[in-house]
Order: sequence, then structure tokens, then C-alpha cells
Amino acid sequence: MKLLTKFSGTAAVLGMTLFAALPAWAQDAALQAPAAAASAPTVDKGDTAWMMTSTILVLMMIVPGLALFYGGLVRTKNMLSVMTQIGAIAAFAMLIWVMWGYTEAFGDGGNAIIAGFGKAFLAGVTPATTAATFTEGVAIPEYVFVCFQMTFAAITVALVLGSVVERMKFSAAMVFALIWLTIVYFPVAHMVWAGNGLFFAKGALDFAGGTVVHINAGVSALVAALILGKRIGYPTEYMAPHSLTMTGIGTGLLWVGWFGFNAGSALEANGSAALAMINTFVATASAGLFWMLAERVNGHKGSALGFCSGIVAGLVAVTPAAGNSGPFGAIVLGAIASIICYYAVSVVKPKLGYDDALDAFGVHGIGGMIGALGTGVVYAPYLGGPGGADWSMGHQLWVQLQTAVTTIVWAAVGTAIAIYIAKLVTGLRVSPEVEREGLDLGEHGERAYNY
Amino acid sequence: MKLIIAIIKPFKLDEVREALTEIGVAGMTVTEVKGFGRQKGQTEIYRGAEYSTNMVPKIKIEIVCASDLADRVVEAIQAAANTGAIGDGKIFVLDVGQAVRIRTGETDQTAL
Repeated sequence: MKLLTKFSGTAAVLGMTLFAALPAWAQDAALQAPAAAASAPTVDKGDTAWMMTSTILVLMMIVPGLALFYGGLVRTKNMLSVMTQIGAIAAFAMLIWVMWGYTEAFGDGGNAIIAGFGKAFLAGVTPATTAATFTEGVAIPEYVFVCFQMTFAAITVALVLGSVVERMKFSAAMVFALIWLTIVYFPVAHMVWAGNGLFFAKGALDFAGGTVVHINAGVSALVAALILGKRIGYPTEYMAPHSLTMTGIGTGLLWVGWFGFNAGSALEANGSAALAMINTFVATASAGLFWMLAERVNGHKGSALGFCSGIVAGLVAVTPAAGNSGPFGAIVLGAIASIICYYAVSVVKPKLGYDDALDAFGVHGIGGMIGALGTGVVYAPYLGGPGGADWSMGHQLWVQLQTAVTTIVWAAVGTAIAIYIAKLVTGLRVSPEVEREGLDLGEHGERAYNY
Repeated sequence: MKLIIAIIKPFKLDEVREALTEIGVAGMTVTEVKGFGRQKGQTEIYRGAEYSTNMVPKIKIEIVCASDLADRVVEAIQAAANTGAIGDGKIFVLDVGQAVRIRTGETDQTAL
């Protein structure tokens, strides 16, 4: 039983609150004992306070964290368009989430792909309703769970923008978000995290969203960038980041906020959250340094952007492993993810020639895949992970691989549909004149800097 | 009157200004510029994307002075801005036809 609580499904089990059962038992319980509502679960004020804090930390990752991290990496003329697209797309995701996102991902009933629509427009959710945590009989207010998961949907769709900045229309980003969340994010979140979800039932480990958030966003970003095409002048023109200072600030905000993302995914203020916390420190620290080391080994200078990129790669990789690894497993995982992501963005991307402008695929997609598979390794008890003695690495890796590959295919197909609909409705790409002059003036009528 | 244009390394500006003040130069115009000569530019690398910048940042100083002061100005700049490495810059001297002080309408030498 204890072991099962470590499985990542983030409260998979809203429906199960009634039964006060453990997440992994969701299906059995649902089939056998629909009327077993014995005693009301306890809502702990400490858990609730921590989850409210975590939720706000994830919001901070988006605005201003991701907005500054991405914004600093583009050219001066596109700074505002990046910040505006990220802010607006996240805001849009929040509204969509309360309308049909929450119920599509975590509503009662439904099937292995999506949940039922009984909680559309948050029907039946009140201050008195609760969402189960991973401890039997302990719950958090359902509104807190709704908000926490809302921020995950918002940041995931914002991450996708990293590959398409400096050339995609604002309106296209909004249409894309509407379709993509509905046909890609909500189903994948359900499949991985909900009690009756396809991968959750198989025992896939994804503590805080390595698959749901990072593989999903990264692969979608790649597909979107391929359909959208390269920026004018890529890769010959000078396109250096306009402010690595802001990227550095954004990196710091992301790292701090990520404690809400990872440790918050324990859904309680307990030992599992503490494990996620230390892993979010050490895997990230390791990854930041190993990226710089990879630069040195390849004859370059250890760079500020390299450090920032390593930090994010480490955070991405440790996301699925946060509560599923010992600290030293996490350090190795962070280092490996960082080195592989370094080669993905510095060597493989230029060779293949696609224009993933801010390396959303190279860092989140690749880092997410390494994290998803790596979690199947570092979970091992003999590597310091929380797995039980009867745990089988081979089986776990197979489940992790199936989950990752299915998510890749799902995200790729869904993104293609969403992007082509956005193209149909909005034209997708700004005119060459606007692209040259910058999206700040062309799309928003402002400049970021008026000296 | 002579117009003296000097392109120097940015960090040498203060020394040059002090040297010129000592010999009685009362004013100058300073501009941040970019250019290239024998000194090569830098290579910047951002996540593997390499950009070699051919243009090197420099400071351009413009001074107009009486013709008899021009040689001393050139010497002062040459001495103060010298590091001995390539990229120390260049000095050009041109003849000036007329000068007017906008506030008073004074012309030529008295306008300087």
C-alpha cells in the first residue's frame, strides 16, 4: 500500500474521494464499491496552505518566470510579443480549464482517454468538496486542486510557444491554445494522472508531469515549428538573445517556482514532498554545472546561457522523478539529461536545420524523454529510489517507454491538427514586413524599450 | 582651424580626455561607434549558434581647435590612447572652413 502511494498520479482520484481509497485502487474500488462512502476525508490546514502556495509558485513560473526566460532569448523587437503571448495564452488556458478542461481531465467517470463531463463549468465543486491526496483519508479542498492543475495546463501550453516565437501571430497562438488544450493536453493529463487513465492504470511513473508537461509540450513545439517554418534569416542572420540578464532572472524564477510544481505534486506537505524538494535542488544543480562542463569539453567557454539551459534541462528531467528517486539518482539523472540536451540543441538541431527558436523541443522534449525513461531507472531501491523489493526495472522501463511513445504520437498528431486549424482561421504567420520590423510593433503597437 | 577625429579604444576615453584638458582643449564630441580594421571581431556562441562579429566597438572623438594647437592635440591623443596592441585606433586631421557658436553668433576662433 505504501508503495502504491508513490505512484505519481496527481490525485488521480477526485471521484475516489468518496471512497477514501488509494489512487491505484481507483478502478477496482469504482467497480466494486460505489457506495462505500464511510467517513469524510480529513482536510489538513497545513496541506491546504502548502498546496495554495505551490499553486501560486507555478503561476510565478509562467509570469514572470517563463515570460522573462523566453523573452530574454529573442531579439529586442520581439520581446513584448513573447511576454504577451505567454501571459495571454496562460490566461486563456485558465478560463478553458474551468469551463471544460478540469472535467475533461479529472471529472468523474469517462474512459481511459478522457474523463466525464459532469464537472463542466465546475458543476458540483464547492468549498466543501475535496480532492484525494496520496494518503488514505486525507484530502485537500477541491478548489485548490482545480487551481493547482489549472496552472499546469497554463504553463504547458505556454512552453510550446518557445519554438514558434518571432513569427507566429498572436491570434494564431490563441486559436492553437484552444484546440491543443482540448485535444492534446487534457486527454494526456487524464491518461497519465487520473485513476482510470490509460497509463496510470499501467503503473506509469510521472510524479509532476515529465510526460504530460514536458514531452507533450516539447514534441508539440517541434511539430508546430516544422509546420510554421523557419524565421526569415535563420540561421545566417545575427539572432543572438537580446538580454541574457532577463533570461537569467527568468531561470531563477523558474527554479524557485518549480518547487511548487514538483514538491506540490505530492499534494501534501509531507515526506514525499520533501523528497521532491531535495531532488529539485540537487538534480538541477548538477545539470547546470554539467551543461557548462559539456561546453568546455567541446572547446567553448562555459556560458551564462549554458548554465541557464542546464538548470532548465535538469528541472525538466527531474520532474517525473521528483518523488520517485533518491537524491543521488537525481544528481546522475540531471547530469545525463543536461549533457544530452546540450548535444541536442548545439549539434543535432543545427545539423537537421529546423528552427526551434528557443529550443522548446531540445530542452523540454528531449529532457522530458530522458526524465521519463530515467525515472524507470532511478526508482530502483538499490539506486536509492523508493521502489519496493519486488519492483522490476525492465517492466517499469517498458511502461515508461510505452507512455512516452504514445504521448509523442498523440502530441504530434494533435498539434498538427491544432496548427492547421489555427492556420485556417488566422493565417498562422505574420507578414514578412511585420516579421522584419518585429512583432512588438506589428502585432501589439508597442516597443519594449523606449530609451 | 583643424578638425581632429580620433577612433580609440573605449576604455582609453578618460585618459585621452584628461590629456587633452591639460593642453587646453575646451570641448569635444564623443560618439560610440563600431568598425573594423586589422583587429578581428569576437565570436559569440549561444547554444551552439555561432556568430562572428566583425565590428568592434570603439569611441570616436571629434575636436575642433586652432591650427597651431593641432599637432599637440594629436600627440596627446596618440600618447594617451596607446596600448601597443592592434586596435588602438586612428587619428585624422582635417581643415575646417568655418565655426559658429549658436548662442552668440560668434565665429571661427572665438566660437571654439
